[in-house]
Amino acid sequence: MEQARPTILSMRHITKEFPGVRALDDVSLEVATGTIHAICGENGAGKSTLMKVLSGVYPHGSFDGEIVYRGERVAFSRINDSERAGIVIIHQELALIPELSIAENIFLGNEPRGVLGIDWDTVRGRSRELLARVGLDEDPDTQIKNIGVGKQQLVEIAKALEKDVRLLILDEPTAALNEGDSQHLLDLLVGLRSKGVTSIMISHKLNEIEAVSDAITIIRDGKAIETLDIRDGAVDEDRIIRGMVGRTLGNRFPDRAGHAGEVFFEVRDWTVQHPLTAERLVAKQSSFTVRRGEVVGFAGLMGAGRTELAMSIFGRQYGTWLGGTIVKDGKEIQLRSVSEAIANGIAYVSEDRKALGLNLLDSIKRSIVSAKLGKIARGGVVDALAEAKVAEEYRQALRIKAPTVEMGVDTLSGGNQQKVVLSKWMFTDPDLLILDEPTRGIDVGAKTEIYQIVRELADAGKGVILISSELPELLGLADRIYTIFEGRITGEIRAADADQETLMRRMAPTKGDAA
Amino acid sequence: MTNDVQERRGFRASDLSMLAGKKGSLKEFGILGALVVIVVAFQIATEGTTLSSNNLINIIQSQSYILILAVGMVMVIIAGHIDLSVGSVAAFVGVVVAIAMNDWGLPWFVTILIGLGLGVLVGAWQGFWVAFIGVPAFIVTLAGMLMFRGLNQIIGQSRGIPVDREFVNLLAGYLPEVGPFTGYNNLTLLLGALAVVAVVVLELRGRAKRVRLGAAVPPMWVAVTRLALVAIVIIAAALLFASGREGTSFPNAGILFVLIALAYAFVTRNTSLGRHVYAVGGNRRAAELSGVRSRWVDFFVMANMSVLASVAGMLWIARAQASGPADGGGWELDAIAAVFIGGAAVAGGIGTVAGSIIGGLVMAVLTNGLFAIGVGSDWIPVIKGLVLLIAVAIDVINKQQGRFSFIGLMLRGLRRGRSNDLS
Repeated sequence: MEQARPTILSMRHITKEFPGVRALDDVSLEVATGTIHAICGENGAGKSTLMKVLSGVYPHGSFDGEIVYRGERVAFSRINDSERAGIVIIHQELALIPELSIAENIFLGNEPRGVLGIDWDTVRGRSRELLARVGLDEDPDTQIKNIGVGKQQLVEIAKALEKDVRLLILDEPTAALNEGDSQHLLDLLVGLRSKGVTSIMISHKLNEIEAVSDAITIIRDGKAIETLDIRDGAVDEDRIIRGMVGRTLGNRFPDRAGHAGEVFFEVRDWTVQHPLTAERLVAKQSSFTVRRGEVVGFAGLMGAGRTELAMSIFGRQYGTWLGGTIVKDGKEIQLRSVSEAIANGIAYVSEDRKALGLNLLDSIKRSIVSAKLGKIARGGVVDALAEAKVAEEYRQALRIKAPTVEMGVDTLSGGNQQKVVLSKWMFTDPDLLILDEPTRGIDVGAKTEIYQIVRELADAGKGVILISSELPELLGLADRIYTIFEGRITGEIRAADADQETLMRRMAPTKGDAA
Repeated sequence: MTNDVQERRGFRASDLSMLAGKKGSLKEFGILGALVVIVVAFQIATEGTTLSSNNLINIIQSQSYILILAVGMVMVIIAGHIDLSVGSVAAFVGVVVAIAMNDWGLPWFVTILIGLGLGVLVGAWQGFWVAFIGVPAFIVTLAGMLMFRGLNQIIGQSRGIPVDREFVNLLAGYLPEVGPFTGYNNLTLLLGALAVVAVVVLELRGRAKRVRLGAAVPPMWVAVTRLALVAIVIIAAALLFASGREGTSFPNAGILFVLIALAYAFVTRNTSLGRHVYAVGGNRRAAELSGVRSRWVDFFVMANMSVLASVAGMLWIARAQASGPADGGGWELDAIAAVFIGGAAVAGGIGTVAGSIIGGLVMAVLTNGLFAIGVGSDWIPVIKGLVLLIAVAIDVINKQQGRFSFIGLMLRGLRRGRSNDLS
């Protein structure tokens, strides 16, 4: 209705070059005061670089173009300068210190002074107020390591509020959050907007962008492609995706072949104890089956025990195994270590690519063969030619975007790293692949490709377990879905018969029962 | 199959890099360049004595044990650990071997076996604490440094214990003079020739295999030029080492070192075990989830280090012709310095045997050359310390900036200054 909202930020003709790469090419961005402005684009498009330019991580002078903030030209040399001006950036990897308390983290580097050092009463009191503002019901003295990622994200925002933030920048704020926590966070942003805080949100989750943001700027290959006004409702997900990838994607999910074979993998009464707390069970008599050629989805809130169940099956890599059996091809098998799991044709693609999936110091080639070196080694000596050949085959088959397989995996985008991890596990010739959040933090184009790979694996007769927090992904890709709540399997449903609502009810049954 | 082979014609600038072989990394190039610069500088400053036969023989003879320690240490550091005990372990093994010879009268070859066995035991002890109890290697080997130093002095009663002549001749001696009189040590020349043949055969076999499997091969002229360069270096070295004082040759200790270096370079580059060491150092949890038994990798690198320390200890008592209470003092630091100058990362996961050896040679030539031009022994550690600091600093800056250049560094400083003026 009111087009003449004042502009809080305008970045004009920003060009940023790294040796050999132009990360940003004449990008301009206008953000209106009191709005939520989304920025999207595929990984590597330049979104994070743009935000680093804005916040002073890349100091003034290291890029071309100008930044006008609240009517003035600004030149930030370091991140402290931009924070003093009320611009706070919350990175994807949270910058909290796990061993310190919530209150200590909020005031870190900004501690109010009393007569005798830090004035702890003020710290606690103000923390309590800030926590109330972000809707986090926790004692300020709780250590960060004892609260979940969703709550940590809220602490980051409280910390930003403490700095009197006017422009809040969030880099993929909900990437690691489950649906409930995401919703809470988005509501909070909307609440802050009504109090005059402007937010810039980098996100891959188009439904969230559509739900809360006022405008969206699409960045592709270092250029700002377009800025769309979302409030008029004429912009839908397909429109955004078209802008991001520069073409229309067909159906995002491949067709199901629908000819699942016989049950070949079965877990019965699987019970696992938490590694630290003996009375806590992370899996309670869980039983499920997987057929050949079938994609089996696992839905559950964060902390429901999906990853724990998967990792405990994969060679008892989580918690203490208390009971339960695994039957594969009609025979009971023991998987006491990762090597045994791999030898029995089980592969596990971790949800945390960088911490658990890859050695970031390795090349593509070395990563791909790393889980089954024996296949290309004779007498313990690796056959370098066979290795290069195998890696090259996977590079082409999975369309890993890299000039050669000698490239370090750290130079790849998230989507391509994930393809390397998938190659690594496909190389182990698995019968069952457990994919834990395989598309987390991956751009739309690469997601579609990964869906295609998953479907092809199933069509090749392998069983796939798909753990995902994105319900549309489960509904679109899986044939059958199990729901998990607090370590217990609460239901099993054919994907064709399910929708997001039915899944949510089984993922959080107490809430469902109350409603 | 063979029509996939791309035998390109014509010259490209990028081909030059292939002369270094497919695995030559920029990092090793950098440190190798530094070594060449240092050697040339001292060669000029000492008016030709640095590269004289006798001096080279002396450097190899006096540094082989440190270089052997560096080979073990780089694996420890790649796996993300450290070993502070190597000097004390060497001294402990040395005193036991000397006593076995001197007091118990055992023949030298039996005492060598005892020494190696002791190395295995000490290594298993330290490896056990690191791998299976989970005590950080820094602490385990700090304890080992104290304990084995003490044990050396308890067992040897802090005295010098002489060792047998045969033992000295084997481990600190030279190749015998055989064959016709040529003015050179014939066996050294023969070794040089064998090395050239081995390099040529390996290169051609590798090339043939690549062709057979349809992989791309570098143009023939690159291979020939590379082989010619390598052969010239080997032959020049052989002639130099063979033309020393009457009765000298490429030292036996040097031969042992070269064999160990080749073996470990092969293990780290080409075997599953080597891959596992890098994997554990690069990302322990990811390695475990790929089926690597990380504890056994820890155990192996620690145990292996102590075995190599026992070899170093035996080389030392042969060279000193006796075991003493102060043997091996500071060796751990020389070995660690060599590894880091050679490009290894403190956090683990990165490092090479070749780089560490070059790093060790940089330190060795530096010490040798500084002595030769009359720098006092009080100043030498100061200079070595600075070299270590600067070498690692360049590495760190490289990693942050992509490529190191003083000019870039200066310009960036200026730019930042300018932007501050504006704001």
